[in-house]
Amino acid sequence: MALRIATRVAAFLGSVLVASILIFIVTSALPGDVAQVILGTNADPAAVEALRQRHGLDRPLPVQYLDWLFGMFVGDFGHSYLTGQSVISRISPAIGVTLSLVLGGMLFAVLFAIPMGMIAAIRRRHASGALASALSQIGLAIPAFWAGLMLVYLFAVNLGWLPANGYIRFGNDPGRWARHLVLPVLSLAIVQGSVLSRYVRSAIIEVLGEDWIRTARAIGWTKWGALIRHGLRNASLSVVTVLGLQLATLFVGAIVIESVFALPGLGSVLLAAVAQRDLMIVQGTVMLLVLAVLVINALVDLSYLALDPRLRSRR
Amino acid sequence: MSNLKRLTLWLGAGLVAIVVLAAVVSLFWTPFDPTLVRPANRLQPPGWPHVLGTDGFGIDMASRLMAGARICLLVGIIAVAIAAVIGVPLGVFAGMSKNWVSSLVLRATDILYAFPALLLAILLAATFGGSTWTAMTAIGIASIPAFTRMARAATLQVMASEYVLAARSSGTSRMGIAVRHVAPNIGPVIGVQASVSFGIAILAEAALSYLGLGTPPQTPTWGRMLKDAQVFVFSGDPLVAVLPGLAIAGAVLGFNLLGDGLRDLLDPRLRESTVRAEQGR
Repeated sequence: MALRIATRVAAFLGSVLVASILIFIVTSALPGDVAQVILGTNADPAAVEALRQRHGLDRPLPVQYLDWLFGMFVGDFGHSYLTGQSVISRISPAIGVTLSLVLGGMLFAVLFAIPMGMIAAIRRRHASGALASALSQIGLAIPAFWAGLMLVYLFAVNLGWLPANGYIRFGNDPGRWARHLVLPVLSLAIVQGSVLSRYVRSAIIEVLGEDWIRTARAIGWTKWGALIRHGLRNASLSVVTVLGLQLATLFVGAIVIESVFALPGLGSVLLAAVAQRDLMIVQGTVMLLVLAVLVINALVDLSYLALDPRLRSRR
Repeated sequence: MSNLKRLTLWLGAGLVAIVVLAAVVSLFWTPFDPTLVRPANRLQPPGWPHVLGTDGFGIDMASRLMAGARICLLVGIIAVAIAAVIGVPLGVFAGMSKNWVSSLVLRATDILYAFPALLLAILLAATFGGSTWTAMTAIGIASIPAFTRMARAATLQVMASEYVLAARSSGTSRMGIAVRHVAPNIGPVIGVQASVSFGIAILAEAALSYLGLGTPPQTPTWGRMLKDAQVFVFSGDPLVAVLPGLAIAGAVLGFNLLGDGLRDLLDPRLRESTVRAEQGR
């Protein structure tokens, strides 16, 4: 057990290191002088030189990399080339927006996926099961941002029930905060839920074939009863794993959805930084997102170990 | 093969064929110029001569959709090619290697799982400026792990077979086994993965064009059409956004169904599509 945890932690640290190197290489691959590119070709040479000095861009790349890497250990992900603002202070107001979107999207995806997946699995030889499968197949093919646009037309423009875009901080007005999040969360959840429901379906089909379900049926449980009493808990392990792994997808989905609904989240920070070619903000924000994904993946692995006793004894 | 499964295959193949046909025909002929802006003609409803109407610039919708199919297929083909060319040999290598080498390769590709196509594309666009090339490269690299995993799993299966044992005992080299026995046997699995990855690539490309991180605005793409249509959705004119969305969904559905159908056709034992959703849109 201890060995497994140690191996997992070592693998995690290794991944973080490699990921940081990858990110650094890409953002440093710019041909020519970074400072010149940022300020434009007509910039005052003195200003270019000052920018270079201020951010240490005249140092060798390995030194710049190590400086950035060790900075991250103390929570310094870098500073904007343009404004000097730190990555952390730039993105901290945005994190809450993206997290509400991601967590809300995940919650509704689960609420949608479990019944859909169960119907698709249990009634797979009936029309209703086939319909559930077909719906998830369609949900899988729809771009989330298009779903968002259609929801806006239906519920904001046409019916006028919900706001079409914008964001209100939770602290200012929780009711309006929730109303502004309904449509973005739903657009994420429709797509993510379709993906998830297919995993739920195959997990349930697998569980349905188990001996203990047959035993439960034999002592008088109905199919649905046996499944809810015994099956869901067993199917949940693999579904939880998938859910953890899907977080990366959800964060990315959130970036696009934020753009549809003009939400001031991490996506808008990133896109604005790309438009201004503020490489340090991009580098730091992407690193933070990747770090979040790697941490979650490691936690999912470890929780799997904790939840399933059979895995503990194996090396 | 049941009727439902046959239907899946044909529906998928049909949808893909429509997209391919639209793209090929658009190379020679479109009803109107797909880039010609005519403000006087804007937001026409479907009718004649504009069969599907015109968009907010007065561009003929049918023509712009047809031309958009080109970028969609181009990005799909190149991205899948990048992913397969790098991912498959890695997977075969991992499948034929000792345990620790194998897990090292897997760990390395696992790191890529933390980089969805969109994040990679943002990195590339920030550094080099967004283009069709940065989009294709990002989507291709992000699709590598799926190919590596599939290729490795399939290779392990082949390596456990008796004909490989026979080849090994008769002195065939590892390279010989890889080329003569592994490659032809994992082909079908890779084909299925390619179809599934194609769908993912189309979705990713649409998102990138929508965000303005991919193909430049002048070139017709379905994602860009949605971006341009957004303002009209807000002003109560949704048709300009409905059609490109349907085009994307239809194309992705086509490749997904084709993948599912091929899987059932080639190897009924393969488990139901858990490969699909593993990575990003």
